[in-house]
Amino acid sequence: MDIVVLLKQVPDTETLIQIGDDKISIKTEDVKWVINPYDEFAVEEALRIKEKHSGKVTILTMGPERAVESIRTGLAMGADEGILIDDPATQGSDALGIAKVLAAALKETGYDLVIAGQRAVDDDGYQVPAAVAELLGIAQVSLVIKQEIVDGKIRCERTVEGGIVVVEADLPALFTTQKGINEPRYASLPGIMKAKKKPLVKKTLADLGIDPSEVGEAKSGCRVKNLFFPPERSPGRIIEGETVEDKATELVRLLREEAKII
Amino acid sequence: MAQGVLVFAEQVDGSFRKIAYEVVSEGRRLADTLGETVSAAVLGSGMEGIAGELGKYGADKILVGDDPALVDYTTDAYTNVLFDIVKDNDPRILLLGASSQGKDLSGRLAARLGVGLAIDCIALKLDGEKLIATRPMYGGKVHAEVALEGTPQMSAVRSNVMEIVEAQKAGDVEKVAISPGVVKTRVVEKRLEAASKVDLTEADVIVSGGRGMGGPDYSVIEKLAELLGGTVGASRSAVDEGWRPHSDQVGQTGKVVSPNVYIACGISGAIQHLAGMGSSKYIVAINKDPEAPIFKKADYGIVEDLFEAVPAITAELKKLKS
Ligand SMILES: Cc1cc2nc3c(=O)[nH]c(=O)nc-3n(C[C@H](O)[C@H](O)[C@H](O)COP(=O)(O)OP(=O)(O)OC[C@H]3O[C@@H](n4cnc5c(N)ncnc54)[C@H](O)[C@@H]3O)c2cc1C
Ligand SMILES: Nc1ncnc2c1ncn2[C@@H]1O[C@H](COP(=O)(O)O)[C@@H](O)[C@H]1O
Repeated sequence: MDIVVLLKQVPDTETLIQIGDDKISIKTEDVKWVINPYDEFAVEEALRIKEKHSGKVTILTMGPERAVESIRTGLAMGADEGILIDDPATQGSDALGIAKVLAAALKETGYDLVIAGQRAVDDDGYQVPAAVAELLGIAQVSLVIKQEIVDGKIRCERTVEGGIVVVEADLPALFTTQKGINEPRYASLPGIMKAKKKPLVKKTLADLGIDPSEVGEAKSGCRVKNLFFPPERSPGRIIEGETVEDKATELVRLLREEAKII
Repeated sequence: MAQGVLVFAEQVDGSFRKIAYEVVSEGRRLADTLGETVSAAVLGSGMEGIAGELGKYGADKILVGDDPALVDYTTDAYTNVLFDIVKDNDPRILLLGASSQGKDLSGRLAARLGVGLAIDCIALKLDGEKLIATRPMYGGKVHAEVALEGTPQMSAVRSNVMEIVEAQKAGDVEKVAISPGVVKTRVVEKRLEAASKVDLTEADVIVSGGRGMGGPDYSVIEKLAELLGGTVGASRSAVDEGWRPHSDQVGQTGKVVSPNVYIACGISGAIQHLAGMGSSKYIVAINKDPEAPIFKKADYGIVEDLFEAVPAITAELKKLKS
């Protein structure tokens, strides 16, 4: 089974985000970069599927040179190959632009199963995987917490408001991961050593036969015009009181009179 | 030429979700600014009974795709049918809710329409005829104003953010002919909790417990939540300990919620937790450590042992109610 994981490198969730002087991008100098947490679940799930059904796990990333480090981490976890698509013309692409590039690469490598994160925690975009599935014309199942592959079909438990829906699809298919699907393994020392020798190919748009005018800022249908910090929450009030009961009474009064929820 | 606002009104098992009223209301507001009409698309099976309801929130027209093939949500059938409705109606703006269904559907539909899309928006405005959406990024650390290009201009709005406004309009119900097309996914089972349990993303009040709960017994906060008509949430630590299911986790790798009131009990206020609940209208923190970072974000803080404070609040509320 050929499994491809869509992996994005994002700022660590602890990172202090600073807005750039252009007001439409963030400053990247002091950012610590990591694998998108949901994509880490995707790598882990791909490895588990491979362990059960055999096959090959490929990591596919569109991003700048520094993303090599995240791909290597995925290889050290146990993936077999990495592909980085690094091309300045992709700058400023929207989800559809990114998806066009990823879909073209997928068509080239071939795939039985594509696994992505439910969202990237940088743009919190929630839409690249659906666009990839659409461009490939394959089934998509999002927010999966459990899956099983039997007889060329994948059966997924997906979370919805208030419960779980079990969905079945024929392969090839794409699914996105959700917290709860697994606990990603750490890369072992031998894993890290082995990863250095695993194939990691770099490609440009030209290699994929994509016309640069098809992607990038100019083609973007969703353009950032302005980044700003959300209004600071006003420093809260610590409720004082002699006893716990006094504090409880005061809180209930505030909830009733200010928040008006009671 | 493209005109008017089309909204997708989500229903599950024959009832509209709250988000449906939110998108219709928001669609009405935008349409009024433009001086145009609102059509609401409803997909499902046996929708005659409920479809008309949307008139109350400002839908001029309600387009119903009614077919057994639409009884359960599937990406393919819903995308195929909604795509046809969009093509036939040529709206200027297309709005959906950013529920689990809405995210799945809007992402696929936008790609098929070849237009830009902003998901999880918390505010929409018009700059002339151009739709500008505000959406949180980087776990809410930054907000972005984005401009939507293409026709229709497409956005999916976060649950519990847009105000529901009653504005009675004609609400003419019109059945549309549909063709679900090739459907590649089959729903084989549904395990839904009692309809009475409100999902975290739609809850008006959330009472969450963190590592400070010390174990899986959440009865103190369950009682408070019940009294407030709220839903119970948890921090990642509590979920990782196995005290609560993953679906209860609030935060950057959990649910993003925006209730009216969020009560954090025994939660320190890590940045990844704040990413999930920082946009709550009121935040209450109960923590025995006065230095806990959560107090910097809370509107009201109580420095106490939660096992004393929470029952005291519950008792006070009971007194008030009786
Ligand atoms: C990539 C990544 C993603 C993450 N995603 C999430 C996420 O989605 N959601 C999330 O919540 N976290 C997330 N985290 C984890 C986050 O960093 C914190 O570790 C976590 O939120 C801490 O949970 P907590 O506040 O319950 O526990 P702690 O930080 O241990 O805090 C417990 C608090 O309880 C108080 N306390 C203890 N006993 C009592 C008592 N009896 N009465 C009152 N107060 C008491 C203590 O004073 C303390 O402040 C993520 C981390 C990473 C690295
Ligand atoms: N540049 C990229 N390279 C590879 N995968 C990506 C990229 N952008 C997004 N993805 C995948 O799509 C998922 C959702 O991203 P997003 O739609 O941006 O929130 C991520 O978790 C990845 O699996």
